[in-house]
Amino acid sequence: MTTPTRTHVTGGIGTSVRRPDGVPKVTGNFAYASDLHSKDMLWGATLRSPHAHARLISLDTGPALAMTGVRAVLTQDDVPGLPLFGQEEQDQPVLCDGVARYWGEPVAIVAADDEETAQRAAASIIAEWEPLAPLDDPEKAADDGSLFRELKIRRGDKEAAGTVVVEGVYETASQDQAPLGTEAGFAIPDGSGGLDLYVTSQWVHVDHRQIIACLDMEPDQIRCHPAGIGGAFGAREDISLHIHVAMLSLATGRPVKMEYDRSESFVGHVKRHPSKMWYRHEADADGNLVKVTARLLLDGGAYAHTSRAVLANAAFFTVGPYRCDNVVVDAQVVKTNNPPCGAMRGFGAVQACFGYESQMDRLAEELGVDPLDLRRQNAMRGGDPLATSGQVIDAPLPTVEVIDALEAIPLPEPLASDDPRLLPGGTGLTTPASKVVRGVGYAVGLKNVAFSEGFDDYAEARVVLTRAGVEVHTAAMEVGQGLVTVCQQIARTVLGIENVAVVWDDTSHIGSAGSTSASRQTQMTGGAVHAASVGLRDRILADFGGDELRNDGVYRAGERIATIDEICAEGPVEHLVRFRHPETHPPDENGQGDVHAGFVVAAHRAVVDVDPELGLVRVVRVDTAQDVGKALNPQAITGQLEGGIMQGVGLAVMEELVVDHGVIRNPTFTDYLIPTFLDAPAVETRIIEAPDPWGPFGAKGIGESPTISSTPAVVAAIRAATGKALTRAPVRPQDIVGI
Amino acid sequence: MEFVAAHDLDEALAAKAEQPDAELLAGGTDLMVEVNLVHHRPKQVVSLRRIGELREVSSTRIGAGVTWSRLERGDHRGLAEAARTVGSPQIRAAGTIGGNVGTASPAGDGLPWIAAADAAIEVRSKARGTRVVPWRDFFVGVKRTSLERDEIITAVVVPDDIPEAQEFAKVGARNAMVISTVSCLVMRGDDGFRIALGSVAPTPIRATAAEGMLNAEAKITEAALDEVARVVSEEVRPITDHRSTEAYRRHAAGVLARRLVERSLR
Repeated sequence: MTTPTRTHVTGGIGTSVRRPDGVPKVTGNFAYASDLHSKDMLWGATLRSPHAHARLISLDTGPALAMTGVRAVLTQDDVPGLPLFGQEEQDQPVLCDGVARYWGEPVAIVAADDEETAQRAAASIIAEWEPLAPLDDPEKAADDGSLFRELKIRRGDKEAAGTVVVEGVYETASQDQAPLGTEAGFAIPDGSGGLDLYVTSQWVHVDHRQIIACLDMEPDQIRCHPAGIGGAFGAREDISLHIHVAMLSLATGRPVKMEYDRSESFVGHVKRHPSKMWYRHEADADGNLVKVTARLLLDGGAYAHTSRAVLANAAFFTVGPYRCDNVVVDAQVVKTNNPPCGAMRGFGAVQACFGYESQMDRLAEELGVDPLDLRRQNAMRGGDPLATSGQVIDAPLPTVEVIDALEAIPLPEPLASDDPRLLPGGTGLTTPASKVVRGVGYAVGLKNVAFSEGFDDYAEARVVLTRAGVEVHTAAMEVGQGLVTVCQQIARTVLGIENVAVVWDDTSHIGSAGSTSASRQTQMTGGAVHAASVGLRDRILADFGGDELRNDGVYRAGERIATIDEICAEGPVEHLVRFRHPETHPPDENGQGDVHAGFVVAAHRAVVDVDPELGLVRVVRVDTAQDVGKALNPQAITGQLEGGIMQGVGLAVMEELVVDHGVIRNPTFTDYLIPTFLDAPAVETRIIEAPDPWGPFGAKGIGESPTISSTPAVVAAIRAATGKALTRAPVRPQDIVGI
Repeated sequence: MEFVAAHDLDEALAAKAEQPDAELLAGGTDLMVEVNLVHHRPKQVVSLRRIGELREVSSTRIGAGVTWSRLERGDHRGLAEAARTVGSPQIRAAGTIGGNVGTASPAGDGLPWIAAADAAIEVRSKARGTRVVPWRDFFVGVKRTSLERDEIITAVVVPDDIPEAQEFAKVGARNAMVISTVSCLVMRGDDGFRIALGSVAPTPIRATAAEGMLNAEAKITEAALDEVARVVSEEVRPITDHRSTEAYRRHAAGVLARRLVERSLR
């Protein structure tokens, strides 16, 4: 980037600026979507299928309609427009179309004067079902050809063979994003037949596109506004209650609020794909990877959502950040009657990383070499082709550097305490220190940034200078990751003006920013804000013949030549940019091509204490080194690295949706466990800066990598402590005990 | 919903006599989950929270309204250790031992201690006054007790000669704030060892075969400890559910019993 970094601006890039939403969130003053209300509003509720697969014989809404306070009861017949929605493929009925294809599929919706009445009314609807056999076995689905997508990768010589061969079969469970804020939405009629819709979202424009199609409305009739989000992690990438709340509001002419409770949330959003992966790694006697053969099977559940893209990520990262010239991958994502899956932090790369890093450890063991040395030896760098697609990485990729930085972090002291809080089993007092074995494990992970495979991926931002300061207009969703701060920092640095506010516009007032996912907003919306700020600054400087913009005006050779008021004499000045990353392309029939726009690499080292006899684990430490391109806000990065590790630890040792014949058996926080403070390891982070060619100031998107290699690192550490193969995440106590 | 905030036990008993189906509310940590999660809508609720008498505690009588946060700091070591594992600090400040007994979940954290102590449950009704029910007769199945519809649990009655050596342990799927997969409570006294377990049968149980075996030993050797683990694993009756498997629960029950017997000897 050619823009010089201004040093005299407070709150510019490279500093840990305090985020504006931090204090309100901690003190309870932040308005989440679930806080929205108006005094004449109705409450919505949903009747859901009690079966994973069943034919709807009849639906009697009479009892609900007869209840006092019920204002509307709607079914699929009441959907005004397209009865289907979906981000990639429109395949999911807005409301049950006669067959329920997963447990908890919405069947009917109700609006009533209060929440209690709405829920009771929904429960009073009489649905008669003919249960059908659920297709709940992904392997059977693959055999039956029930697929959302199949992707074959063929690279190099299929006859190639190594002398050292390791094979393994690995599984990962379905993980829930478990955001603290559940789904919530609020619809307000505008009096002219349209609606203002306040929704939790990661991408309001793609929600909007689906909503107007289902409501049969013109784009300007429905305005989607971002509402305060209590966490997303992929769960807000797909539609949940958005269309329902809009339908109820249109049907009643009243504001309507919907909010899921925790159990409904578990069925109301898509999850991480459970996976099964068959791997064969072949190396020469010196440890150079010669060939990787793999079959990946992801369970997409009942509807498509983002399954196609998740599969591509899993497939293209089958080998990870390693060089290998001969690769055969058969990847499938199947359609079943299990809970629908979609986006979750890491997006396919999580599953593959558990497979290839487990394999790298096995290979190191087979070769009798240090597992980190084996990784360094095979590490991909800038200029190398990606093992799967053959795409040459045209940017620095500091794989070796992150491994070296990680290894240099001192290991923690040995366990020397009987404090139960430091022992496996914790306050359960199960484990004396004498029964504890320590293990250390490593993993390295690779992730793409932004959308791939030829998707027209862009972000719009408008930067406006007013007499009161700078406004950055965007539709990019702040989901707690800190984007608003980064946008401010970029604009401040470019414009030399400290007073920067981020303004979220609705879908009628700004173009799409794309999704807050795929680690993309720092680079995409950050890139748009950067380009718009540069455009605005250069125009102002040209108009006034200045050479520098500052808080109080335009300067030339250190002398002020125009004040901000003078710049804005005829009103605010603005610059709009639609920013695109370098073009990507769909893969060819062999899965080859320039599929991705950018890459990030990270490494994790886990230290665990295990009670092998009871199979209990305490994750003592997870350290990490990650490439961030350029650290725009070091504290925000540290927060992402630590938070992502917690989610990775969760998948390694406890987080699992238990699904039985399509039914989620643990849809509560009593039984779907996420790490508590006592389960959270200490974390040491090392930030590596290898500038990205197109990210603002060289920054890279960093949100997902912390979750990718942390899981296999923890499992590797448990293997090191116990000597067990442990081919499945999460590792359960019975897996360690071996019963 | 009708709500009675009873000020004393007589008022609560009268309300319960009049409306035997009324739900009792103490800490609300079970009832409110039913209300919020399962959308259970009780027609009548009798709140016991203001009844001071239920919050009284002595070494031989623990009022039903005594909270976990008090038991955590109480004199009975094993019960204190169990109390420490109940939910979060907020839950422990609200939840009561009477609620634990009344809900009678196989995973109830306080129940193995009651079984090991050979405690009894004191219940009262307006019509028939007080009766004291031995724990074995009180817990009859998964979330089922012999409490009559018009009765209120008033206390846990503790024999005055229970051993001071008490050890508790609980396995869960994370290291805090977790429901029990298997729990175990061991007491060691002059009359020998008592071993009680939770989450491994429809009710809390005593591992009587293991106790008998252990109490017949002149000296607790490594072999005897191994045998305790084996016998406990055999005599528990766990199930496989979404929290764990039968095999793991059997195994862990044995391991915990062995470790706690060992710990009680130190």
